Amino acid sequence: MMKRTDRAGNDLGAPATIGAPEQKILRAGFIPLVDASVLIAAAEFGFARKEGLALEMVKDVSWANIRDRLAFRQFDIAHMLSPMPVASMLGLGSNPSPTITPFSLGRGGNAITLSLRLFERMLEVGHLAETASALENARALASLLKVMREQGEAVPRLGVTYPFSSHNYEFRYWLAAGGIDPDRDVKLVVVPPSMTSDALAAGAIDGFCVGAPWNMVASERGVGRIVAAKQDIWPSAPEKVVAMRPEWAASHSDTVSRLIVALDAAARWCDTPENHDGLSEALADSRYIAAPIGIIRQVLAGEFSLDAKGNRRLIPDYFTFNRRFANYPKPGHALWIYSQMIRWGQTTYNEEGLLAAASAYRPDLYKAALGSAPTGQDITVEGNLEGDRFMDGHVFDPAAIPDYIATLGTGAAS
Amino acid sequence: MAKSDLTILVIDENAIRASIIEEGLNEAGHSNVTVIHEVNGVARIIETQQPDVIIIDIENPNRDMMEHLFQLTRTVSRPIAMFVDRSDTALIESAMEAGVSAYVVDGLKKERVKSILDMAVSRFNAFSRLQQELAEARSALEERKVVERAKGILMKMRGLSEEEAFALLRQTAMNEKKKMAEIAQSLVTAAGLLM
Repeated sequence: MMKRTDRAGNDLGAPATIGAPEQKILRAGFIPLVDASVLIAAAEFGFARKEGLALEMVKDVSWANIRDRLAFRQFDIAHMLSPMPVASMLGLGSNPSPTITPFSLGRGGNAITLSLRLFERMLEVGHLAETASALENARALASLLKVMREQGEAVPRLGVTYPFSSHNYEFRYWLAAGGIDPDRDVKLVVVPPSMTSDALAAGAIDGFCVGAPWNMVASERGVGRIVAAKQDIWPSAPEKVVAMRPEWAASHSDTVSRLIVALDAAARWCDTPENHDGLSEALADSRYIAAPIGIIRQVLAGEFSLDAKGNRRLIPDYFTFNRRFANYPKPGHALWIYSQMIRWGQTTYNEEGLLAAASAYRPDLYKAALGSAPTGQDITVEGNLEGDRFMDGHVFDPAAIPDYIATLGTGAAS
Repeated sequence: MAKSDLTILVIDENAIRASIIEEGLNEAGHSNVTVIHEVNGVARIIETQQPDVIIIDIENPNRDMMEHLFQLTRTVSRPIAMFVDRSDTALIESAMEAGVSAYVVDGLKKERVKSILDMAVSRFNAFSRLQQELAEARSALEERKVVERAKGILMKMRGLSEEEAFALLRQTAMNEKKKMAEIAQSLVTAAGLLM
């Protein structure tokens, strides 16, 4: 067990505990998104250096590259979608190589945007108010899809970012909650995050679910309307994580602890509104997200332009980088991801799968580094507390996954 | 070279590089090669052709779209990313450095795929060298042009012969520890301001 009491000073080489740090320079792969903030802040604002580490940030173009470059040791750590380590432990995907996460990069950040073409027809057909809730929006889309089917129109194409992504499961959750079968009533396609706004403008897709700042980019451009935020679907829904190879983590336990301490400090810093100007400036840089600083600043504040007409919405905690143990890798969340993989036919339910999925999340490493953890069990019923409900009111019981999936259904109308 | 019955799909937005790879594959006895430059419609191509090997530029963000396709289509039987043999780290490293990624249908004999990947890697590298050489040739040409112009200015304004003008430029470059093209460029810029 590691306890760091002497973290004072920027003493680069001197280890805080017995035993030299195993590795000082860590190559970290990332995709340009606001939810990479904690990693970027750790690299840019001295939090890694304070722990005797240097983060060499490497921007990449696809999640498949991130996965492969981590697997083949070109990266030591990586910014990853939380379902990716779970998929890798379950042996899913085209290069499943063991991957774990000891640290979550926070909550929030995603949203669902539909094209204005589609949304305006929803207003008409679904008798929707401009201030409708996420669930009302989903139901209005269901009504519109019915009309489109009757008129023999093509089904809308909706973009997600990766088959094993929070976006895929959140989009599907939202659609199904509204009574839409994501595999029959619409066509889900994959679009790289930075291309979503252009693809929507060009009519190549009719909507997407993606992380910040890309929803805001589309709404500000006047090509899309934000119809749901991640918070509407499930406030605690897992998002991005810091991933690593389990064998690397085992042979670099001191480095992993230092990294977690650095990330924890960086996450705390990112959560402080006074630091958002500095953070926005760093994120907007071409080495990182290369997006307009004004939009990033707005996204961090949770000030949402729903469309270009001036409809706005304030979402408190649109990003939670640290508060309420947002960085704790709760194995119960890995099991929720597993349940959604089963729900949509990516895998099947069994005892081995349950263990494999939970093993992707490593709270033991988090606790070893920080010595703290949320009260309560690692695997608990989710969505049963006020302020943390699922949009359709269902409750996730990890002890009864098959029942949960049966109750949820797939959105197919009876 | 024995004729191969493997079906290969090459996805590369760079048409020149793609044709270089196609040529290499054909030379190696692979006749079932399809080349596409954009991923639109790739799903149908994969479904009808059922490629054994797919080669795609690693910088193409649409790799994630391919991952999605493999989740959906049952026709592509369990393609695995890139690598025939996970223990062949040299091949993996050289492929990643060259910018090649590939999907291979599981169960394919690794010797057969290795030669294809090796070929793709060497052709990707050859293409990068070609681009580099082209860029160098272009800048050399630009440099020659600016030196010619500077010489002309010196000959006209100071009444020097061509040899004398060249010698003056070279001597100045040596004195200032700069490239002759840089001195020439400053001279051309200055002359432009003064005349």
